[in-house]
Amino acid sequence: MEGSGLLILVQQVGKVYRMGDVEVTALRDVSLTIEAGEFVAIMGASGSGKSTLMNILGCLDRPTSGDYLLAGRDVSQMSRSELAEVRNRMLGFVFQSFNLLARTSAVENVGLPLQYAGVPYYDRRQRAEEALHQVGLGDRLQHHPSQMSGGQQQRVAIARALVMRPKLILADEPTGNLDSHTSMEIMTLLQELWRAGMTIVMVTHESDIAEYASRVVVMKDGRILSDTRREARIASVSSLLMPAAKEVAS
Amino acid sequence: MTSLETLRVAVYALLRNKLRSFLTTLGVIIGVSAVIAMVAIGEGAKVQVEQSFASMGANLLIVQSGTTSTGGARGGFGSLPTLTWEDLKAIQTEIPSVRYAAPVLRATAQVLTEDQNWTTSVTGTTPEYFEIRNWPVARGALFSQSEIDGGAKVALLGQTVVDKLYGSYVDPVGQMVRIMNVPFQIVGVLAKKGQSSMGQDYDDAVFVPQTTFQAKIQGGLQKYIAGLIFVGATSSETTARAQAQITNLLRDRHHIQPGADDDFSIRNLTEMASAQQEGTETMTTLLASIAAVSLLVGGIGIMNIMLVSVTERTREIGLRMAVGAKPRDILAQFLVEALTLSLAGGFLGAGLGVVSAYRLAFQFNWPTLVRPDIILVAVGFSALVGVGFGLYPALKASRLDPINALRFE
Repeated sequence: MEGSGLLILVQQVGKVYRMGDVEVTALRDVSLTIEAGEFVAIMGASGSGKSTLMNILGCLDRPTSGDYLLAGRDVSQMSRSELAEVRNRMLGFVFQSFNLLARTSAVENVGLPLQYAGVPYYDRRQRAEEALHQVGLGDRLQHHPSQMSGGQQQRVAIARALVMRPKLILADEPTGNLDSHTSMEIMTLLQELWRAGMTIVMVTHESDIAEYASRVVVMKDGRILSDTRREARIASVSSLLMPAAKEVAS
Repeated sequence: MTSLETLRVAVYALLRNKLRSFLTTLGVIIGVSAVIAMVAIGEGAKVQVEQSFASMGANLLIVQSGTTSTGGARGGFGSLPTLTWEDLKAIQTEIPSVRYAAPVLRATAQVLTEDQNWTTSVTGTTPEYFEIRNWPVARGALFSQSEIDGGAKVALLGQTVVDKLYGSYVDPVGQMVRIMNVPFQIVGVLAKKGQSSMGQDYDDAVFVPQTTFQAKIQGGLQKYIAGLIFVGATSSETTARAQAQITNLLRDRHHIQPGADDDFSIRNLTEMASAQQEGTETMTTLLASIAAVSLLVGGIGIMNIMLVSVTERTREIGLRMAVGAKPRDILAQFLVEALTLSLAGGFLGAGLGVVSAYRLAFQFNWPTLVRPDIILVAVGFSALVGVGFGLYPALKASRLDPINALRFE
């Protein structure tokens, strides 16, 4: 599944934050390429620059220097509105704290990106339902976040990330708020998506979670310390608990 | 995002906090309804003033004789007759802006029927008087010129006098009444005119030809008019001109030297009416501005709640931005929320305002007039308040940095 084209090209990217009079350098000359179909884990201690790199990869922030080409498009100089459109069309986000809209049904939550893409109501509903089926929540369409477990909420968030059929999923500590069993469920789901061809970049500080990725990038002091490709450990839970895995795999 | 979509999202967000949305709207509801009710009261008062002056007579000037001065004690206007019948004729014929002029001679007298009596005001005048005062007969007819020339003993009764003497359902035309022991035949009954702005009943009056009045009721001076002259100008625009022309004419006729005081006075009812109207307009403006202040306070309430809402929903805003909301989508969402609150307040307030205006009219017997244009203005103003006070919170929301917003606790 690797080698199907260059998706991310980051060249000598630097990021400097200005906090009052003090300048903080978060990234120094980071260069990184990610091919379509890779499952990359970015690791590092807090303050290593992994979150900053993630934000730049996710088009939530712009680099102060260097270039960032996403699927061949230079996004480093885009306006806020243009970046919003790129995020909408090409990227899907999964957050540590799920970030679902409270008192809003799963279908509505998943349909949110479609809303900003201008997809009409009924298409939106249908596509959101499809995405929820894909993550194994076909029976929870009308549930509100407060009526679901953490793992289910994170799966709704993954469905929301998938619904625009993005080129890349960015997962920021996707298992950070989950117990080990539920973490395994989520990693299984992410690996299924990866096997089906999705490119995933995941930030984590847990090395056992990073083992499920096919490539691990370790960051320290705003630089890439190491970058290793290796065989991903296979995540699996009892298939009784994970009907979605079969569904996606089939 | 389409505007309908934005509206749907805004209404959803507001419905998630029903009580808070309602309380926020309440400020605008009270403001708008207060504006509408206050203006309705002011306009009602204005119309009442207009009507009472209109019933006095259109474009009316009242010419009065001068004053006496005996031993230092000065009588009021009318205490010395200076106006002559010749003056009246001159006013009628020489001034083009005068349409009608009529003498008004008044006395208080007892009016008797066979079994009833009533003391009322008896006025000697000519048919022009009823034209000036725009006062038609309900039954019978006005007196004719020949009846005036011949000093016929005929009388016109006001409705109140008819009620007192005959009761409400009797047609007295053709019956005889005695005024100062002189028998008069009733030739007509005047239409009901109501009260003056001072509460005087216009219908409590009897009218007889001016010649008959002089001969039978109150004799007096042959050459002078022992009373007033009512003048009707051709239009409201010419009233002031007619006043100036009559002044010049009478000064000339009375040989008054330049610089000397007039020996007569002219009251311009149109001027008095407009002065009183200005008074009610000032009142309306005052009431409306106090109400507008409450609308403004309602707007500040919206701004306050929108600011709280933006802070509370910082993470939501961050998420929306992350999944593709542009700054202007966020701006539109919060602006539409503020606009929805204020417009809902505007419409509910308009309803409440109209209801309370009618309620006040009914409860306190106040004249109120609900003007549709005021409703439009008030609702429009509430929309303006929504946009005005919603803009800052919406801008604040749209300028949030998605990274910080997502991390906000």
